[in-house]
Amino acid sequence: MLRDITLGQYYQAESVIHRLDPRVKLVGTILYIISLFLFDHFTGYVAAAVFLIIVIRLSGVPFRYMVKGMKAIVFLLLLTMVFNLFLTPGETLVQFWKLTITKEGLRIAIFMAIRLTFLIIGSSLMTLTTTPNNLTDGMEKLMNPLKKVKVPVHEIAMMMSIALRFIPILMEETDKIMKAQIARGADFESGNIVKKAKALVPLLVPLFVSAFRRANDLAMAMEARCYQGGEGRTKMKPLQYKKRDFLAYAYLGCYVGIVLLIRKIGILP
Amino acid sequence: MSIKLEHVNYIYSPGTAYEIHALKDVSLEIGEGQFIGLIGHTGSGKSTLVQHLNGLVKATSGHIYFHGEDIYSPGYDMRRLRSRVGLVFQYPEHQLFEIDVFTDVCFGPKNLGLTQKEVQLRAFEALRQVGFPEEYFYQSPFDLSGGQKRRAAIAGVLAMRPEVLILDEPTAGLDPRGRDEILDQIAKLKRETGITVVLVSHSMEDIARYVDRIIVMNRGSVMFDDIPRKVFGHVKELEAVGLAAPQVTYIMQALRDKGMAVHTDVTTLEEAEREILKALGK
Repeated sequence: MLRDITLGQYYQAESVIHRLDPRVKLVGTILYIISLFLFDHFTGYVAAAVFLIIVIRLSGVPFRYMVKGMKAIVFLLLLTMVFNLFLTPGETLVQFWKLTITKEGLRIAIFMAIRLTFLIIGSSLMTLTTTPNNLTDGMEKLMNPLKKVKVPVHEIAMMMSIALRFIPILMEETDKIMKAQIARGADFESGNIVKKAKALVPLLVPLFVSAFRRANDLAMAMEARCYQGGEGRTKMKPLQYKKRDFLAYAYLGCYVGIVLLIRKIGILP
Repeated sequence: MSIKLEHVNYIYSPGTAYEIHALKDVSLEIGEGQFIGLIGHTGSGKSTLVQHLNGLVKATSGHIYFHGEDIYSPGYDMRRLRSRVGLVFQYPEHQLFEIDVFTDVCFGPKNLGLTQKEVQLRAFEALRQVGFPEEYFYQSPFDLSGGQKRRAAIAGVLAMRPEVLILDEPTAGLDPRGRDEILDQIAKLKRETGITVVLVSHSMEDIARYVDRIIVMNRGSVMFDDIPRKVFGHVKELEAVGLAAPQVTYIMQALRDKGMAVHTDVTTLEEAEREILKALGK
């Protein structure tokens, strides 16, 4: 039941985007997300869409696969749209009963929907094409300067990679415990919210126990192999920029340039 | 008959790259009061199969009948089915959650909507049936030893008084002594109550002593379904799928190859002893 969530899961494929240095993808994603919030008219979103489509085509991840992962957030998307649609003050377009749709509301609702959709596709594109290990490696490297101000960069990266590693394991565990309790007559579906919350106790207690047990085992295994933090630790595959990474940065620079240009001149309303 | 499967197929994540055909056209019957061993290598589909028997997993195609009723027919009471077909998962101690063992065992019967007295009666009886020591009844389940935890978890399913008890690898992770104790306890329970038992395992050695029918699974299909001595006759085929006959079967075959007039279709040590003594003329 839980294995159908594809949002943010790594998708194995051979592509330029897969081979890019994770740092490029991280920086690109961050810049892309910022750019989405800079636009205040539709021309900008055309540029954002073109950029996104190019990257999707290059990544080799089937678009269908991405859309399937989006299903989980459709509800969130609709909720934001509805709130923006009805609660923005301004020039009235349609009015029925106590609800009014304003021109500004409609505009913001559409912007919000586009922004969120692009944001989610854009960032899931990063996790789809980068293995969790690579991602945390890139993050560690990018945050390296922060070590000077005593930020435990290596520890944060290690915690992140362990957390990511445990998501599928704990998901499988949840599935198993849920089934085991259903076999004992547990009912997770019917009843009001209080009853449903209470029904989760037989699921959550064993899940926590198991998470702690696994954490304990892992800590033991790491210590047995002399892990002692990031000091003096080397990598088997150190990250190294290649030609394609610089090219990608150049493309990214072009995109940012276009974005700033569009923002400045603001063609079309 | 109590459970009947007809052409059951099951496919994990159909239509994706991760598609796995876990069960292929499985048809079998589980008769009342039988003691069945379900054997297969890791990934042979045995765990998936047993999850079909109490409706936890719905077959992609095919039918399952419990006492003649199709469990996939609309309006069929799945919760009642689950109380009558008790399924003990692998590492069942991972499902313990209450503050003490007794309360945890009460969870199953309580979900059946019984009176408190009846619930406690059943929990008490179940804990006795699995040979759980009385002095630990009110201990936290997390403080017990591995073997005791497992007993408590099995009791948690037994307390619902199922007609069929399915145990998925009940001896996994136990030491040889704990393993024998649990299996003996299950055999005893079977003798005393006449309950139908399905024992899932990947070790022939474990179950040869106890069961009166063996179902061998391989790659999602039923490979053999017969009494133990007949199944162990297919040593070569069993080895080809990563299984093995019990050690006595091998010894008897070696003895016959050396020219001793013994039957090779024995499955337990006692039978082997008698057979050898007979061949020696003693």
